[in-house]
Amino acid sequence: MTTTPPQVARPPLYRNVNVLKWVFQLVVFFIVLAILFWLANNYLTRSQDLGIPTSFDFLDQPTSFDITGADFSPAEPVRNAYLVGIGNTIRISAVGIVFATALGILVGIGRLSRNWVVNKLSTVFVESLRNIPLLVIMTFCFLGIVLQLFPRIEEAWNLGGLVIVSNRGVSVTWFEGTTVAALLGFLFLGVAGWWLIARWRRGVFERTGAPTRAGLLGSSFLILVMVTGWFVLGATVTTPEVAGRAVAGGIRVDPSYFAVLVALVIYTASHIAEITRGSIQAVPKGQGEAGSALALSGSQRLWFVVLPQAMRIAIPPIGNQYLNLIKNSSLGAAFAYFDLTLVAQITVGNGKPAVPAFVLALVFYVVLSLITSTFVNLANRHFKLVER
Amino acid sequence: MTIDTPTLTRGFVARNWARKHLFRTPLDALLTVVFGGLSLYLIYRAFLFVFVNARWEIISSNLKLLMIGRWPNDHVLRVALAIAVLALWGGLIGGLIAGRQRAAGLSVAAGMSISQRVSDLVRRFGLMIATIVLLLLLTDTAGPWLMAIGAGAAGFAGYWMGRAVGARTLGKWMTRLGMLVLAAVPIVVYWYMVSAHPLGEWEGFLFNMTAATAGIILCFPLGVLLALGRRSKLPLLKWMSIAYIEFVRGSPLFVLLLLANVSLEFFVPASLAPSKPIRAVVTFTLFTAAYLAEIVRGGLQSVPRGQEEAAKSLGLSPTKQMFLIVLPQALRNVIPAQIGQFISLFKDTTLAGAALGILDLLAGAEAITSQPDFVGQGLIIESLVFVAFLFWVGSFTMSRESQRLEKRLGVGVR
Repeated sequence: MTTTPPQVARPPLYRNVNVLKWVFQLVVFFIVLAILFWLANNYLTRSQDLGIPTSFDFLDQPTSFDITGADFSPAEPVRNAYLVGIGNTIRISAVGIVFATALGILVGIGRLSRNWVVNKLSTVFVESLRNIPLLVIMTFCFLGIVLQLFPRIEEAWNLGGLVIVSNRGVSVTWFEGTTVAALLGFLFLGVAGWWLIARWRRGVFERTGAPTRAGLLGSSFLILVMVTGWFVLGATVTTPEVAGRAVAGGIRVDPSYFAVLVALVIYTASHIAEITRGSIQAVPKGQGEAGSALALSGSQRLWFVVLPQAMRIAIPPIGNQYLNLIKNSSLGAAFAYFDLTLVAQITVGNGKPAVPAFVLALVFYVVLSLITSTFVNLANRHFKLVER
Repeated sequence: MTIDTPTLTRGFVARNWARKHLFRTPLDALLTVVFGGLSLYLIYRAFLFVFVNARWEIISSNLKLLMIGRWPNDHVLRVALAIAVLALWGGLIGGLIAGRQRAAGLSVAAGMSISQRVSDLVRRFGLMIATIVLLLLLTDTAGPWLMAIGAGAAGFAGYWMGRAVGARTLGKWMTRLGMLVLAAVPIVVYWYMVSAHPLGEWEGFLFNMTAATAGIILCFPLGVLLALGRRSKLPLLKWMSIAYIEFVRGSPLFVLLLLANVSLEFFVPASLAPSKPIRAVVTFTLFTAAYLAEIVRGGLQSVPRGQEEAAKSLGLSPTKQMFLIVLPQALRNVIPAQIGQFISLFKDTTLAGAALGILDLLAGAEAITSQPDFVGQGLIIESLVFVAFLFWVGSFTMSRESQRLEKRLGVGVR
């Protein structure tokens, strides 16, 4: 016997859920659209009334301001100033990320140390810096440390002839004749070699069980490549020297770059330290105990058993900290560091239209954030535990 | 059978402790010596600075400017009254919660003796109280002392009243009336303050605290809507929410504030273009909404599906399912994360000073170093240390409380 399903009458349109869903969405969409349209319309009419251009033509006009620390003439178009600003933002973010990660992981491990002094010192570092606004730290580094505690150029601190510190900046001994391209080329060569060595050694390990020592061999190869490259380029160094009222030679770090970098690094490191500590504590205790049972030493246990698993947990939140660091680097503008934000700010100050100038900067920050988070997601996928 | 235990002399215990915690291995000993020496040196320098070399008179002579900016002298009493009323209000709410918990047998404090409770309170808020006393010691008039004593008394009175009321069950209409009165208090206080000195001219630490509080409260409707939108199955809503959240989370607050500073009057009619502090609050609200949306989304994900299904089986409409069953649990689960967001906004309010030129605590601290009495004497370190200390005490206490709450809520444990 078959039962015919009861005939379902199609509900009228005003009670059809599918229709209602779309009506609701379209209503919300049009309300949002109307608000946006109202804002845009206000903007366009107001700009027209005041005679302010709304296009991006200003990018081709001459900049008419100088950029300290860059080979830049005010006659160049604004486009180039933006490129310099973008370069500076990337420069400080990349260096900051490297130092903040290293310091943060060290302090995070220190917070779990059995050594009382190290433990307490790390705790004080984290708990004090995490709870102070970054802008206060940055102001302190710039106005307090660099401009006030650092000596005048006549009394500059000379650290063994290698580093000269004064309130005009920090000058460090550097390899002479290196260009960024050559440096990056050798770095790439070395890292590629490291990767190949690691692959080769892993193969050996899987076949014979011999220790991989990939890190040791790879890093020595990298150092070898860098040293050879240095000899190929002439093997000279330039040491800083006080010459009159300036420092000659060496590589000079601007006061503002130095202060902003230090503040970004210690602030972000305090956050990364907390993440590292949390991730290490999140690794099941049995893992460390299993390491002990295999007679691994304390550092081996940390390096081979606990940290690899902790880093897997830590990658997403540390990636978030990288994004924060990139965005926070915009505060450098308040201390005359010529990053993208300051370029946009001064461009506006020189009579260029404000909205396009700032929107351009915002779009760049969003794009940079998206690129960084893509890399973090890739790393996360790569290191994620493959489950059944 | 007895076992001879070695007598644990004090010296033995100390040596044993040192061997275990300071000199386990040669590397450990090296770390102890290096970092111990460094810490001792830093402590010595900090001690020398704070108690000998620092010239704190730059702070004490500008304390009012740093705290409430250029608030008109005739109306300072209003600030004091507002603080006392808010203390009463906060005490009342705290007391109500404590009373309800006690009535439900959930109170942690009920099992404690008086001395335990006092030491618990001192551990939690001692730092903050000590800071307030320190600020009072820096003043040279009696007004602030009276205000602090009044506020403390009001807070206590509110707490006891709240506990008495919370312990008994009230009728439906009494509860509603009480809720309404409690909700009205901050609005009335706000109106009372603003009628003396418009919000557009608020400065000092008062601005930092007001902006952070206003930002975190005002962002709630938008943040919750964005979170719901992002989880919704309706594609258009979902994509609009994602676009907003990701754009705001990708852009630096500082640049958004700069943009708001120079260009808000382009987007809204001139009559609506607000003063600088209001611009800052609007930017904070729109900015924090995107972060709150992500927090609330996490909370929504943490509510088990069974809750929604149970609500459905009770015949609740989708709206009621969300707002009566799922959302309350979601918001409760993410209270610690919300406090974290509040702390971060509290710290970020200093950006308003740099971007919009508001004389907030940090900008004020920089400005006072160029007063005729103090210019060129290198007192920036004193004033920045003071600012950092105030922010630190606030954020540290709040983050401790949030950790405590996290443990008590048992997020992730149950």
